[in-house]
Amino acid sequence: MSETTTNRPQPTLEPGFRGAVRDWASDQRSFKTASWGKAMMWIFLVSDTFVFGSFLIGYMTARMSTTTPWPNPSEVFALEIAGAHVPLLLIAIMTFVLITSSGTMAMAVNFAYARDKVKTTVLLLITALFGATFVGMQAFEWTKLIEEGVRPWGNPFGAEQFGASFFMITGFHGTHVTIGVIFLLIMARKVWRGDFDTGRAGFFTARKGRYEMIEIMGLYWHFVDLVWVFIFAFFYLW
Amino acid sequence: MAHAEAHLDRPGHEDAHAEGQQHPIRLYITVWVWLFILSAGSYMVDLLHFQGLLRWGLVGTLMMLKAGLIVAVFMHVAWERLALTYVILVPPLVLLVFVAIMALEGSYTEWMRLVFM
Repeated sequence: MSETTTNRPQPTLEPGFRGAVRDWASDQRSFKTASWGKAMMWIFLVSDTFVFGSFLIGYMTARMSTTTPWPNPSEVFALEIAGAHVPLLLIAIMTFVLITSSGTMAMAVNFAYARDKVKTTVLLLITALFGATFVGMQAFEWTKLIEEGVRPWGNPFGAEQFGASFFMITGFHGTHVTIGVIFLLIMARKVWRGDFDTGRAGFFTARKGRYEMIEIMGLYWHFVDLVWVFIFAFFYLW
Repeated sequence: MAHAEAHLDRPGHEDAHAEGQQHPIRLYITVWVWLFILSAGSYMVDLLHFQGLLRWGLVGTLMMLKAGLIVAVFMHVAWERLALTYVILVPPLVLLVFVAIMALEGSYTEWMRLVFM
């Protein structure tokens, strides 16, 4: 970008609803302040919202239409700790683990824009560690339920559709977390190596690496946490 | 929208501190603590065996508060321009129509089963 272009006064953007209409009617790019990378991640996340929305709606329909009582999640997911019967304990811990990972991710984005390589790398690795912990606890939960006889086609506690809904919804969410952990590790390596300082191109693309990629990665990670908020409420607490 | 304007002069701008979405760490920690409190609240709803409308009302409200905090602060939607915010928040509302349709369908199926099975 030449000096003259940089120094040219930028058009001021109108705020509010009128501004939104102007952005969309400008015959140019609609997202004036968001990069295409960010806009495309958001469009992917909106489509993913529909995928999870459809799963949860399918679960709602199955649960509403069955005449057999639905298994009580509070009891099904209870744990025996030192003789004490604690309902939903593992799920509560998983929720706190995922929220904490979202917090460390948000801070990683902050330090990435401040170009603090060490702190960003460490925070990304901590986020990945929490994510892996979450998947590990989910694997434990699946094992426990399978040992108790829960199957996609039936279970000893009540309505048969319980197993299919549970494995489908939590399995799809766990897959998202796993992919996120892999992405976090790749991004941590890139930050550590200084790819975003030197603008080194990525493996699949000729585009230069930028610290904004950490924010875009963060959007995905927070989305995984967001989906868990809905699963926690609708599947475990309802 | 002072932030959005600061965002505009990013090309060729070398001052790293004016770049991208940077907010005080304190804000993130505050949101984090609130998410903990709200999650503990939803867990308490189950522990204290709240039932009926009270249970669903609390679970639903706490869920929406948590979702709102994550989307607005962690995902920075509060600082994006409305042109993007509407693209993110309006289409998922269509899901509510889908929920209504399938709720009708679900209760109809249940009624059929109760009558004929």
